[in-house]
Amino acid sequence: MDGNAEVRPILDIVELTKFFGGLCAVKGFSMALPAGALWGLIGPNGAGKTTVFNLITGVIPPSSGSIHLPEERIDGLEAHEITRLGIARTFQNIRLFSNLSVLDNVRIAYHAHADYGLSDSLLRTRRFLDKERELTEQALDFLAIFKLDAIAEETARNLPYGEQRRVEIARALACNPKVLLLDEPAAGMNPREIIQLMDLIHFIRDRFRLSIILIEHQMRVVMGICERITVMDFGEVIARGTPREIQNDARVVEAYLGKGMAGRVAG
Amino acid sequence: MEILNLLGTIVKMGAVLAVMLGLIHMLGRKAVWRKALGIALAFGVVQLAITLHFGDFQLFGDFDQGLLFQAVTMAMVALGLNLIYGFNGQFSLAQWGFYGIGAYCAADITFRWTNGDPRGLLVVGLGTILAGLAILGVRRAVGRIRGIPVLSAFTLYLLATVAAAAAAVVLGGLLAPSLAPLLGTASAPGLLNGALPRQAVFFLSVVFAGVFAAEVSFLFGLPVLTLGSDYFGIATLGFAMVVKTLMVNSDTILPFPEMKGGRGMIGIPHFTTWAWAFFFLLASIVIMRNLVHSSTGRAVLSVREDETAARVMGINVADSKLLAFVVGSFMAGLGGGVYAHYIGFLSPGTFDFIAGFNPLIIVVFGGLGSMTGTVVASFGWIFFLEGFLRVLLGQLGTDAPTWRFVLYPITLLLLMLLKPEGLFGTKELGFLKAPRIVRRAAAEAAAPAGRKEE
Repeated sequence: MDGNAEVRPILDIVELTKFFGGLCAVKGFSMALPAGALWGLIGPNGAGKTTVFNLITGVIPPSSGSIHLPEERIDGLEAHEITRLGIARTFQNIRLFSNLSVLDNVRIAYHAHADYGLSDSLLRTRRFLDKERELTEQALDFLAIFKLDAIAEETARNLPYGEQRRVEIARALACNPKVLLLDEPAAGMNPREIIQLMDLIHFIRDRFRLSIILIEHQMRVVMGICERITVMDFGEVIARGTPREIQNDARVVEAYLGKGMAGRVAG
Repeated sequence: MEILNLLGTIVKMGAVLAVMLGLIHMLGRKAVWRKALGIALAFGVVQLAITLHFGDFQLFGDFDQGLLFQAVTMAMVALGLNLIYGFNGQFSLAQWGFYGIGAYCAADITFRWTNGDPRGLLVVGLGTILAGLAILGVRRAVGRIRGIPVLSAFTLYLLATVAAAAAAVVLGGLLAPSLAPLLGTASAPGLLNGALPRQAVFFLSVVFAGVFAAEVSFLFGLPVLTLGSDYFGIATLGFAMVVKTLMVNSDTILPFPEMKGGRGMIGIPHFTTWAWAFFFLLASIVIMRNLVHSSTGRAVLSVREDETAARVMGINVADSKLLAFVVGSFMAGLGGGVYAHYIGFLSPGTFDFIAGFNPLIIVVFGGLGSMTGTVVASFGWIFFLEGFLRVLLGQLGTDAPTWRFVLYPITLLLLMLLKPEGLFGTKELGFLKAPRIVRRAAAEAAAPAGRKEE
C-alpha cells in the first residue's frame, strides 16, 4: 500500500480550511489518499472530522484549500456533482430515506444513470419501461451482494439498526464511487455487529476497488482495519501514520487522555 | 321530502366516490380493454346521471353538477399541491394563486374569442410557446456555466421570458388583423368557427393556461425554492396575495379591461362539459402517477425524506424541487381553466388566499403523499361540505349552513387526532400503486435468502 502512495493519489486534499464565523473548524487539512487505501480519521469529539467529510462531499463549501480527483478539482462544486464524479458517503446519524423502501433507497442513488427523459416517463415509452426494469434488476442484484435483497421492499424505517447501517453503505456504494467516506459506521453497534462490519468494509474495498476514509471512535475498528490513520484535534492534524505509530504518538495520547497521562502511556 | 333529499345527497356522494375509486381500480388492471372499459364506465355513469331526466327530476341537478365540477377542479389543484407538499415536502400556499392565474388566463382567451377578438388566443399561445422556448434555451446556456448564482440565472430567465412575452404581444398584434379573417371567431366566419373548433379553442385555452401557470411558477420558484422550507411557505403566501391584488386591479394596473378588476369577470363561455372535466382530471391523474413512479419521482421523494442525503446521493435538489413545483402549478392552471369555463364568472374573492387553504386541507386530509387519498378527499370534501352539510343544515334555518365552517374544522381536528397521517397515509390503490417489482428468479431466490439473513 505504501508503494502506491507514490503514484498519483485518487483523492488529493490540500490545505483545506473551514471557518464558521470566527471559529476555525478545520485548519490546513491535507491528505493524499492512495488508490485502494483504507484510511482512518480519528480524533476527540469536535475535532472537525465530520466537517472534513462535509467539505469533501460539498455539503458545505470550504473557506480555502483545494480538493482534487485525478481528473478534476472538485471543491466548490455542488454536492450532487461531486457524488457523480465518484465520492460517496454515509452519515454519522443514519440518513436513509426512511419512508421509502430499501430498493427505492438504492434506486435513488441510481438516478444519475436513469437516462430516460421526463417525456419518456410521462408517456411510459418502451425506453422508460426497459430502463426502469434494468435499473430495478441492477438494484436488486446489488442488494443481493449485501444480502439485503430479501428485505428490498421493506420500509427503511422499520429495519433494525445494524441493517439500516448496511443499507446506508449499500446505498452509498450504489452511487458507484471511487472514494467512500464512512462516518462512524460502528456507532451503536454491538461487538458481534462490529466484527461483521469490519468484514464488510474489507469486502467492499476489495470487491468495488475503492479507497475508503473511515471516521471511527471504536479504536478496535480503526486499529484493526486501517492501514493509515490521521488524527485530528481542534481542527488540526496532530499526527498521521500507521496504527502502531499512532498508538505510540505522544500528542495523540495527550489529545485523548490529557497531558498527565501522556508520559506514562507513551513510555 | 327533505329527508329524501338528504338521503339522495348521501347516495350520490357515495356513488361518485365509488365511480372514482372504480376508475382508479380499473386503470390499474393489466389488460388495455379493462382500462378502456373503466374509463368508459366512469365517464358514462356520471354522464348518464347528468343527462337522464325523469320528468322534471334529474339524478344530477344543477346543484349536484356544481359539486361535481368543483370536486374535479379541486382534485386537480390538490393533486398538484400534493406533488409539491406531499411528495416533495415543500409547504406551498401559492397553489391557489396558480389556480387563479390559470382561471383568468383561460377565461381571457375564450372570452375574447367569443367576442370576436382572436388576439387572446394568439398572444397567450405565442407567449407561452416562446417563453417556454426561451426558458429551455436559457436553461441550456446556464447549464454550461458552472456555479452560476441563482439570482443571476433568475435574471437571465426573467429577461428571456419578458423578451418572449413582448415578442408575443407584438407578433400577436401584427398577425391578428391578417389572421382574424382566416381563423375567424365565434361570431365571424373562418377556420375556427363551428362546434368542433370551439372545443379546440377551449382545449387550447386550458392547456395554455396550465403552461402559463407553470412558467410563472418556474420564474417564481427558481429563486424562492432555494429558501428553507418555512421561508418558502411565507414567500408563497406573499405570492398568493400578489396574485389576488393583481386580479382586483386587473383593469387598472394591468391592461385587461375585460377582467373588470374587483367587480369580477362575467360572460365567460360555459365550455366545460363533464367530458372535458373528466378528460383533464384523468390527464392530471395519469401525469401525476407516471411522474411519481419514475426515477424523477423517486428523486422528488428523496428531497422530502432528507435533503442532505439526497444531495449526497447525486440528486440535483434544486432541479427536483423546481420540477415538482412547476408540474404542480401546471395542474393548478389546468384546474383553473376548467373551473372558469364551468362557473362562467370569476371574482378575485374566489382566489383569496384564505380559500387557498382548502386544497391544503384536502391534501393533508387525504394523506400527504397519497394520490388516491387526494382524489378521494377532494370529492369527499366538496360533497360533504358543500353538499351534505349544506342540505343538512339547511333544514335548521336559512342561516344555519354557515355553521358548516364550524363543523368542518372540527372534522379536521378529529381526523388529525385520530389519524394524523390522513385518510390514506401514503397508501395508494389500483392504478396509482407503484408498479410491482418483477424479479427474474424472484420466487425461488427470495425464500432461502430470507433464511440466510439474520
